[in-house]
Amino acid sequence: MTSFAATGEAVHPDELAVGVAAAIEAGGRFAGLVAAGGADGSTRLRALTASDGSLQIFDASLAAGADHYRAVTPAVPGAFWYEREIHDLFGLIADGHPRLDPLVFPLAAHSDCRARPGRPDGPGHLDHDATALAGHVEGEGVFTIPYGPVRSGVFESVEYLVETFGEDIPQLRVRPYLKHRGIARRFGGLDPADGVLLAERVEGTMSVAHAVAFCQAVETLAGVQAPPAADLVRVVHAELERVAHHLDSMIRHCEGAGQAVAYARLTWHKERVMRLRATLCGHRFGRGAVVLGGVAAPPLISPEEVREALGRLEADISRDLRSLMTTPSFLDRLRAAGVVSPAVAAAYSARGPVGRGSGAGVDVRGERPYGGYRQLGFAPVGDRETGDAQARQWVRVDEITGSWRLIRQALDELSGHRGGPWRTPISVAGLDGTGVGWSESPQGELIYVVDMADGRLVNVKPLTASFHNFALFPRAFNGDIFTDFVFIEASFGVNMAGVAG
Amino acid sequence: MPWVPRGLRDGIITTRYPGRPDSYGGDFRAAIDVIANPVSTNGRATHDLDIERMCPTGAITVEAGDLRVDRGRCIVCGRCVAERPELFAFNPDIEVAALERATLVVPTRDCDVDDGTLEQARADLAARVRALRRSVHIRHVDAGSDGGEEWEIAALTNPVYDVQRLGVFFTASPRHADLLLVTGAGTVGMAGPLRRTWEAMPAPKIVIAAGSDAITGGLIHPSYPTGGGVGGLLPVDVWVPGSPPSPLSLLHAILVGVGLLAPRGSP
Repeated sequence: MTSFAATGEAVHPDELAVGVAAAIEAGGRFAGLVAAGGADGSTRLRALTASDGSLQIFDASLAAGADHYRAVTPAVPGAFWYEREIHDLFGLIADGHPRLDPLVFPLAAHSDCRARPGRPDGPGHLDHDATALAGHVEGEGVFTIPYGPVRSGVFESVEYLVETFGEDIPQLRVRPYLKHRGIARRFGGLDPADGVLLAERVEGTMSVAHAVAFCQAVETLAGVQAPPAADLVRVVHAELERVAHHLDSMIRHCEGAGQAVAYARLTWHKERVMRLRATLCGHRFGRGAVVLGGVAAPPLISPEEVREALGRLEADISRDLRSLMTTPSFLDRLRAAGVVSPAVAAAYSARGPVGRGSGAGVDVRGERPYGGYRQLGFAPVGDRETGDAQARQWVRVDEITGSWRLIRQALDELSGHRGGPWRTPISVAGLDGTGVGWSESPQGELIYVVDMADGRLVNVKPLTASFHNFALFPRAFNGDIFTDFVFIEASFGVNMAGVAG
Repeated sequence: MPWVPRGLRDGIITTRYPGRPDSYGGDFRAAIDVIANPVSTNGRATHDLDIERMCPTGAITVEAGDLRVDRGRCIVCGRCVAERPELFAFNPDIEVAALERATLVVPTRDCDVDDGTLEQARADLAARVRALRRSVHIRHVDAGSDGGEEWEIAALTNPVYDVQRLGVFFTASPRHADLLLVTGAGTVGMAGPLRRTWEAMPAPKIVIAAGSDAITGGLIHPSYPTGGGVGGLLPVDVWVPGSPPSPLSLLHAILVGVGLLAPRGSP
């Protein structure tokens, strides 16, 4: 295996938009934009596109002092948030961008590029400049309701600016900056083994997906592969994580719809899934299970015991989800709520259940199979076309069914690998270059771009499905009213830490 | 209605904790214990440094031959247990909450925390929160978590933990709240909203820093937008470590906060 740096195509910063647009025209899709600051004040800007089972990288360099380039967003709407984030953290100005407002870290528009926090030599501590936030709204009788960051219930912090003239929500702005933690820069200088631990905490509810994507990036760079048995164990942990996450999304729908019995049943099932995960590896979120080169250990109980625990859990969950998804008073709240049209989903290359609920389904377990999914074969769930909250929940129900099947398959295979090995020795000393790794997190494709120098991490960027999809969130409000909000938000299912970075 | 027979068939699934110990505690790793002191063989200095450097969050210290772990920094990754099983071990005891930050450094030393001070702290808190023992309302605020803590806090309302049976409720308005449950490393963005939430709460009020991120910033700090925990933003009464703390650890911390339970190892 070679590193992906070799497949990167060098382009002029102003040609980035043209290159990405051409790749999309040829059947690809936009997969993210990554900036990295060099020690000499230069900035490297890389755009990723996916097509034909592979990733392409367009690699552009801006010399120190150069802070303008031609915006990608006018040709590729999915870049809208990426360019805003890069403006916040690196001070790069995308000429022609429709609205380069602060997103993850508000600073005055023309503040010095070098004082921006994303660069490795940026300030050690930095406060926001809240005056940089756009505040005004326009239109007859329209006013703004700030919703959050401290909201009713146990939620991650985020502020929504709802522009309304009463009940309808014609316009919505998302302000995730309140919980921005400077994650990308925090990776810089770390030993890769510590990098795995930090990756697990980028989106703490999707620790396994992050650990897998990060480890595969470093493994690719080092030219090693995890042993087949370890890949299978990774599948078991990752699919249980998916079940827990999809249940969580469903639970929030039940809470919003006042379905008290279904809420009680599904929260109990989710607790059982979390306990099973802890029984397998000692951690309820699967943290520490995935390590560089493989897994820390085989499941702490035998495949037969796991299968037995799985049996009743699967039957109970399937039965209850079936009842819930045929309860009219529940479905009435989901139907036609938060419609993302197939055209919009495709334009933003929406990921995971959000994309698949709008007929734009891409699942990297099938598109670019990795690890254990190469051995097991993967059948993606059928797309839903209606694009509403109900479609997204049907995708989740179908995915849960698929996850049970994958776990059972992996356990069957594992019976033939009882002795391991569980880990391929990996030497990171002196490692240089760029590795790219990915996984299908519960919310969709997750990509890690990992730059290393002399065995240490230099630039690491997790391109999360939460961030990628949430740019679409304001587009999901089309004639929806205030009471639909909870369902639209829950059906996106994002982890806000992954949005804020 | 298909739901009713299902509920009846499954019977009572709620934990008896805190009335009786919960057997589930044994399944996962709640904290790290020091089980022995290192024996120097080839020069103490390098040897000790190796042990300290092993920890990704700097939670391990070796001073004058005494090995200690700061659970407020520890993210329970288990690297120390894997590499030096003769020195470190997982502790499954879920009762990890403490009233004094210093007592999170284990094994505790008499010179750091004296029993009199601890007892005084407990008595002061108990006197202050006497009115809250039968019913306490909780307001949660995320000050930069990874989202995992929120899952574990939300789990407290599932039928397994069912905290309502203990008079513990979650409330929407800070004006109605007695207990502030704070998660996350303390981002600059949340400092203001967190402070305003705390100010809006009526006295007496209790503050719990939930998770190692909220105590020290864990692996997230140092970073430019975080302050290394929420202790600098609010007066914290109860510290509950973990990455994230499990629902039972959180429940124990809440009951310690209202004076119904004592922290482990208290006089």
